[in-house]
Amino acid sequence: MNQPKSSLGAKLTTSAMIASLAEPGQRTRPAPFGHALAALAEHRSEIVGMTADLGKYTDLHVFGAAHPSRYYQMGMAEQLLMMSAAGMAREGFIPFATTYAVFAARRTYDFIAMAIAEENLPVKIIGGLPGLTTGYGPSHQATDDIAIFRAMPNLTIVDPCDAVDVEQAVPAIAEHAGPVYMRLPRGNVPVVFDEIDDYRFELGKAKLLRDGRDVLIVSSGFMTMRALETAKRLQADHVEVGVLHVPTIKPLDHATILREAGRSGRLMVVAENHSVIGGLGEAIATLLLTSGVTPRFRQIALPDAFLDAGALPTLHERYGISVSAMARSVKSWL
Amino acid sequence: MGAVQGQGYVGQALGVADVLSVAYFHALRFRPEDPAWEGRDRFLLSVGHYAIAHYAVLIEAGIIPPEELESYGCDDSRLPMSGMATYTPGMEITGGSLGQGLGIAVGMALGLKRKSSRSLVYNLLSDGELDEGSTWEAAMSAAHWRLDNLIALVDVNRLQADGVSTAVLDFEPLVDKWQAFGWHVQRVDGNDIAALVRAFDLARAIAKPKPRMIICDTRIGKGVPFLENRERSHFIRVEPHEWQLALDALDGSAVTATDEHRVRQP
Repeated sequence: MNQPKSSLGAKLTTSAMIASLAEPGQRTRPAPFGHALAALAEHRSEIVGMTADLGKYTDLHVFGAAHPSRYYQMGMAEQLLMMSAAGMAREGFIPFATTYAVFAARRTYDFIAMAIAEENLPVKIIGGLPGLTTGYGPSHQATDDIAIFRAMPNLTIVDPCDAVDVEQAVPAIAEHAGPVYMRLPRGNVPVVFDEIDDYRFELGKAKLLRDGRDVLIVSSGFMTMRALETAKRLQADHVEVGVLHVPTIKPLDHATILREAGRSGRLMVVAENHSVIGGLGEAIATLLLTSGVTPRFRQIALPDAFLDAGALPTLHERYGISVSAMARSVKSWL
Repeated sequence: MGAVQGQGYVGQALGVADVLSVAYFHALRFRPEDPAWEGRDRFLLSVGHYAIAHYAVLIEAGIIPPEELESYGCDDSRLPMSGMATYTPGMEITGGSLGQGLGIAVGMALGLKRKSSRSLVYNLLSDGELDEGSTWEAAMSAAHWRLDNLIALVDVNRLQADGVSTAVLDFEPLVDKWQAFGWHVQRVDGNDIAALVRAFDLARAIAKPKPRMIICDTRIGKGVPFLENRERSHFIRVEPHEWQLALDALDGSAVTATDEHRVRQP
């Protein structure tokens, strides 16, 4: 983190509430979503951007600067955002509708279900501040967005890891014929996957980023970055850790997950920036059990609770999703 | 259709029949054989349970074959009790949840302007639906975007599921509210065909950069005296023998269509 670790006596500042997730010295790219959408819109005239008064905070303003006539500011009215996105989709456009993940998942569920998903309209809902990426408090911490959206039929759900994932996911979800919910890393987003040979985001596919004999961490979103770091740390302790990145949570890549889960003797840990309830972990647990595949199984996830307000580094450590907390947890389970 | 099920939203359907008739046979541009024709005026039913009324006009307009009438509300029917776009030709949206159609209409109107289309978007709401906050977000937005290609209709029969609207959640004064939200507003007797014709004409002709609202005061069960005064008329139960009595009452008071009301061809 860009802030010193919380320790006895040293309280972190307010700016740490919205700290970038980048580690000190980590490479980042600015607003990958906004730039990718602007680039895509150059040759796809049906793409429009819509927001509920959060254009500047979801990187959509970058798209808006490049394509001002295609930028629709709907005001702080999230239900209207979804309804009007449905209407534009009915008229042949592909709307990317942005707001915070909390508002998309909680305030607008019925509107997405009835106006968009039931008819399979090509609306791409983009949710900023996924999981615990702000210290602002429960009003802005979307710890339940995946749980909420997994229950919606016809909806594809994407949780990208880094700037590369975001840049490649944008055209992929635009290409997909139906509705999509994508969690959005915003601002200066870390770049990690450019160092992984042949990495390519594919909608609906899980990717084994590194193999390991003792543990398999299955993760999505920024937790995959943390899983890779955890794997490096545990290697020093002679624990071999594999990492399976699952950027598409719905539909799950059953074949890849079951194949990797079936390696006997390996502990499976699902790590997610989401409540322990209803997210990637429970989705995989159901898949494993109904398929008769039963590895030793643990979850690293946020607790079923309204989380504290405070500095992100403190909160990530407190709730077990920092790299050091992850490494401790995995070692304790061996 | 109500006879098939023995019950249904028949009272509302009778009340709004005149509004739908004028909409489809005087105002709307459409092609019966091609209900998805790009050049059509879009008519959204944002009050899904009025489907029974909408199906009647879609059948009269030649969009739905009359033999499907009997399948209303049955298994595998294209005419479910609540209007759904995926089931029925000519049904633009899924209005079961109420309060969503006007917002969708805003999006469609924006899209039509993007395409430089001359088509209009109509959205029919119920008065109870005005309780939903989402309706008012859409109302603000329509005026903000100067959507002069959007015409909303409210069926004001002053009754909703839990009783008389003034007792449930009073929505008056309606004209004042919609004007304050920046709309051009008319309020008419929704069971007076001539008044409706004038209102639709004015709503389309007025040259202001505003969305248009026609508030239609209607009577539940209009045209069938014993239904007009029935208690618990939100979801009316009608006895088997009463259906013929109702049809007789309606036939007796029918207004003959004039040339002015013929289906307009594009």
